[in-house]
Parts: sequence; C-alpha cells; structure tokens
Amino acid sequence: MAQHQVNYASSGGLPVALTTVDKLLNWGRSNSLWPLTYGLACCAIEMMASGASRFDFDRMGVIFRASPRQADVMILAGTLSKKHAEFARRLYDQMAEPKWVISMGSCANTGGMFNTYATVQGVDRIIPVDIYLPGCAPRPETLQYAMMMLQKKIRRESADMKKRKLQRFV
Amino acid sequence: MRKYTPKDNVQGRAKYTDRFWVAPQVPRQSVEEDAHFAEVLEKIKAAVEVLDAYIEIGQLVIHIRPEQNIDALRTLKEECGYAMCSELSAVDYLAQDGEFEIFYQMLNLDEAKRVRFLTRIKEDQAIESIVPLYAMAKFAEREMYDMFGIVVNNHPYLKRIIMPDDWEGHPLRKTYPLEGDEFASWYEVDKIFGKEYRDIIGPELRDPARVDRYDTQRFARIGHEVPFGADPELVDETETPIEYSSDFLVDYNKGPHKVLDKRK
Repeated sequence: MAQHQVNYASSGGLPVALTTVDKLLNWGRSNSLWPLTYGLACCAIEMMASGASRFDFDRMGVIFRASPRQADVMILAGTLSKKHAEFARRLYDQMAEPKWVISMGSCANTGGMFNTYATVQGVDRIIPVDIYLPGCAPRPETLQYAMMMLQKKIRRESADMKKRKLQRFV
Repeated sequence: MRKYTPKDNVQGRAKYTDRFWVAPQVPRQSVEEDAHFAEVLEKIKAAVEVLDAYIEIGQLVIHIRPEQNIDALRTLKEECGYAMCSELSAVDYLAQDGEFEIFYQMLNLDEAKRVRFLTRIKEDQAIESIVPLYAMAKFAEREMYDMFGIVVNNHPYLKRIIMPDDWEGHPLRKTYPLEGDEFASWYEVDKIFGKEYRDIIGPELRDPARVDRYDTQRFARIGHEVPFGADPELVDETETPIEYSSDFLVDYNKGPHKVLDKRK
C-alpha cells in the first residue's frame, strides 16, 4: 500500500530551500513575461502567430496584455514611422518598471529597407532596447528564442531596480 | 533576350548617360476616332475653354484652365454621366516648367470609359476644391496638399492627412530629399526628448553597409596589410600581392608521379 502523505515532522525536519531574493524575484519575472499587444507592421503577423496555438507562447508564461500598465515587455514588431514614434514612446513610458524591450525585425532594428524620411532609423533612437531580433520578418520560433534570451538576461541581472544597469534616456 | 548592358560600376555611374536619349512618346489619337469621346468633348467645349484634347491608350485627355476645373467636372458629371472620380493628384514639374500638373481621373461606369482632365498651376497658385461634386476629393485633395503643398480653396477640412500635422516640407516634391531634410532627420528626437538630446542620441545611421577604407576597426582592405584599429594615416599604401595557396603549397597532383604497373 503506497503511503501518500509524507510526515515531515518525523522524517528529519521541515522542507527548506535556500535561495537569494534576486533569484526568487527573477524566477518570477522571467517566467511570467507579459508583452504588450502592440504591432506595427508585418512583423506583428508573426508575433500573432507566435501567440496563437501552433507556436503557443502561453507555455512559456508569455501572455499578451492589452494594457501597458499590465505589460512587462514591449515587442516593437515592425516599421516605426516618425509620426508614430511619439506614441510608441508614450506606451513605453506608461509601462511599469521593471520593463524590457524587444526590437523585432530589420525595420525596428535599423529602419531596414525603409531608408526614407518617414521612418525611424532604429527604435533604439527613442526606446532602450534589450534584445535585437534580426530577420524580415523573423519567424515565430525566432521570436520565441528571443524571448528565451530575454529570460536568460533577466535571470542574470540583479532584481534590485536601482542596480539594473540599463541605459535609460529619461 | 534583353540587350546586355555592362554591369560594372553600376552604382557610381549615372543611370542614363546617353545625351540624345528621348523618352518614348505614348501614341496619341484624335478625338474624332471615338464617337463617345467626340460627344463628350463637344459638351466640354461648350462649357469651358479646352486647351488641348486627344485620346491616349483609350482614354480621353483634356487640358483645361485651372480656374475652370469645377465647371468642366460639373459638365462631365451631369451631362456625360461620369459619376466617379477615381483619382486626383498632382505631378511636380517645378524644375522643368515652374508648374504643378493636376490631374482628375474620371470614370463613366455605364459606358466603361475614362476621361482625364489635366490642368497646370503655378507654385503659389491655389485650386478650387471639387468636394461639392465628388466626396472622394476630401481625402485626395488633403493628400495633394500634404504631399505637394498645393492649397485647395473651399475644402471643408484642409489639413495634412499622411504626415504629422507639425511636419515641415512636402515630401512628394522633387526637391525634397528622399532621406529627409534636417527637420525630418531629427523629428522624433525633437518631439519626444527635445532639441538638447540631439547630441546624446546622435545623427541617424543612414547607410550601415557603406565600406569605409579609413575605418580600420570595422573594415579590412583586400591587398593591404592593415592591423586592427591602426591609424589610417600610417597604413602602408603599397599594395601587397595576394598570395594564393597554390603559390606556396606543393601540389602533389601535378608533380612527377610514379605510376604503379600492377597491384602488389
């Protein structure tokens, strides 16, 4: 007969796990990264596919949120026009700390093929970027890999927001 | 097969170097060849002054005076049955003639016929709005104003439609640089952070693929021995010949072989 209940009191003490606050907080943060539902161009189609059932972002704890107040990650998916730059920055400012940014695709990284007057030549001109994801457009697997790289990065850094060495413009 | 043109130095050379090249002309027919168009032109001539008229690729083209655009379009709509204005915009001929050419592309849905009105205005001249006749002109004339800076009189809501409201310049003019003027290149920085952040953020990197031979950190030079990060002034300009592996490796395939007569 299998014994389902473990009697800790009689088997060598209570269960204790030792960790640091950093690791605990970063474990929580990195495993529940909620990106903002925010698409700019065709990369957003790939981003939507990443969130849908075939590629399934949910299994990584990545759930798209429709409000910047609830989001941790901003995925800049697509061409950022100069007219829209102001609003992208406003959405970024509305997100609560700690927050991270993924620049998705060539257009977001460098302006891409839109070497014109109306396109921001790289979103890092207005928003500090954590992960640059190349591709035109990057496939959903690539975006998921970028998200895993971001998780890795979060687990490495200090959970103390004052110690986080991110170059913020403002 | 297409005629072969040499592809060397394509980027450095001007695209057309033939001084005597003449743009091919679209063949024009006289209006009398089409009964419907002849009838249309007669009605237009009764209403406004027609400067020129001909048929081009099955479409009637009529040149009119800019002050009479609304009269001409009203005649076409009410008397000839052209119920739809499918397109309206301008062409920049400022460098050639100091003028804009405005075109109105009209469609008769019953007859499946198209008529195009062409009219020319000076740079500082305004044109009358055709919104009372065709509602589609609300957006089309705003775009024309946005892209070319052509003011449209009596438009119900004449403001920029594509570019931001505080934009300077009109991007579809031939004089507007494709990569933008100074205002355009700092637009998002000025708007979000303010002008004092220009130094922190820096200018746009417009051509990241450009190969700079004097940048010894990111580029090597074929045929030259350039140490990483060396002062470009001190780099030896004499070209060292490229050494191929065939020069210093012994090619045993070419040498004198001893061919075995028979298997051991």
